[in-house]
Amino acid sequence: MANLKVEFLGKVFKNPIVAASGTFGFGEEYNEIYDVGLLGGISSKGLTLNSKQGNEGIRLWETPMGLMNSIGLQNPGLESFISREINIMKQYKTNLIANLGGNTLDDYLNGVLLLNDSDVDIIELNISCPNIKAGGMAFGIKADIAYATVKAVRGICGKPLMVKLSPNAESISEMAAACEEAGAEALSLINTINAMAIDIYAKKPVFNNYYAGLSGPAVKPIALRMVHQAAKAVMIPICGMGGISSARDAIEFIMAGASIVQVGTANFVKTDICLDIIRDMEEFLHSQGIRDINEIIGII
Amino acid sequence: MESNPMMKTSITKILENNRICENIFEMVAASDIKPLPGQFYMIKGLNGDYLLPRPISVHDYQDGKIRLLYRVSGHGTNQISRMKADDEVQILGPLGNGFDVESLNGKIAIIGGGIGIAPLLYLVKNIETQKPDVYLGYKDDTFCADRFRPYCKELTVVTEDGSTGQKGYVTDFVNISDYDIVITCGPDIMMEKILRECGEKNIEVYASLEKRMACGVGACLGCIVNTKDGNKRVCKDGPVFSGRDLTV
Repeated sequence: MANLKVEFLGKVFKNPIVAASGTFGFGEEYNEIYDVGLLGGISSKGLTLNSKQGNEGIRLWETPMGLMNSIGLQNPGLESFISREINIMKQYKTNLIANLGGNTLDDYLNGVLLLNDSDVDIIELNISCPNIKAGGMAFGIKADIAYATVKAVRGICGKPLMVKLSPNAESISEMAAACEEAGAEALSLINTINAMAIDIYAKKPVFNNYYAGLSGPAVKPIALRMVHQAAKAVMIPICGMGGISSARDAIEFIMAGASIVQVGTANFVKTDICLDIIRDMEEFLHSQGIRDINEIIGII
Repeated sequence: MESNPMMKTSITKILENNRICENIFEMVAASDIKPLPGQFYMIKGLNGDYLLPRPISVHDYQDGKIRLLYRVSGHGTNQISRMKADDEVQILGPLGNGFDVESLNGKIAIIGGGIGIAPLLYLVKNIETQKPDVYLGYKDDTFCADRFRPYCKELTVVTEDGSTGQKGYVTDFVNISDYDIVITCGPDIMMEKILRECGEKNIEVYASLEKRMACGVGACLGCIVNTKDGNKRVCKDGPVFSGRDLTV
């Protein structure tokens, strides 16, 4: 039996497979289908300080081997998360990652203060949301805005801090380095790629917000490249994601420099795909005579 | 927190996949689990070049076989329609709340439009209190209408072009006030009209909704419908909603 156990931010992950934020709710629905405690971790649905209803209109659009979404961070808000959803997630005997979004720096800071006293294992700071004060530019686009945000959050954060990078950043290497310098202890990437679809019969954009986030197998080669670039730019560990749908994909990300990976859109394709990936990764390592997954992290 | 072995992704060989008319198809597959009327399955052929499974409602269930009636409306359903007997299909379900058949008492009208008739056959077959009146509206081809006949008190078939049955819109041929309960599935414009009228006349009404879905199990929040109680998930909280809860 090959070892799939990985240590990440001081936490033991029984395997490197984490359910990605926004694709897995708080684990409740998937746990009706399989024991989600078999996963290395679960990243919560993106949380904001106050509850959000999310976007109106079409929220999903399939593209060739991809999925566009414009959910709009619909979530119950941090207060509900801490009193309800977190207790459900805690039962699963796996690492609990709270994905935190916000529109202003204060949103992030107030959110982190609430999460400091909770039972989450890791905070995943989603800096892809629009920064209203910076004219709607996402925190995740400009390295200097990201630096200031992460620095301020790090100052008050009592939990291991992982910063989730947007592929829409001007330079992924500079962004990664800026977040590391600001005090991020790990990075996760990539978030969805900004994309568009048009209904040519209605002569309108498919999504009310015009643009939406593209995920799924279509983005995997881009995500893999960015994970590799980020891994080369920093010393802190990386959680890789973007279209991972098989053990082969997961191993590619790990070889490119990710210590753990998140599986997102693939959960929709086959509900229990994470279990297939874990099983097939073990088989791959065994077949290759690799005794420990840690031996192949970042070998490329 | 027990996992539910009743609901899982399984791979099975389809038994039949037949064209019913123009762009309407019917797939038959074996299933040990008896679904509730109004529930649905997430279906994906193993060889198709599309990503997500497609939600398809239960048209009928008998002798361990589910019948799934669907309309080809895009790339995914087109690929599903090309599958043949013995091809392997990935199937997740039954999903969703379904109709609460036992609570249906009184005089019932079932109103379906287009492919929205799909979940209504299995519903009608399972209503035991008294046979309902069924109203089916079509554009032209009155597919599967005859299947309802043995299970309803009266069957009214309406086509927009008048080629079969009455000519016009199905909603023009129902006297809502005659009924204690109305159940509908079909195009939004048809259901909205029915919901509004039932609301005005204070008649109990249930609608089975359709939305684009990704996960099918309530996690992705892609298939949201606005209700008086906030956002609800069509896949998990529905697809059947009481008219009392919907905002029309």
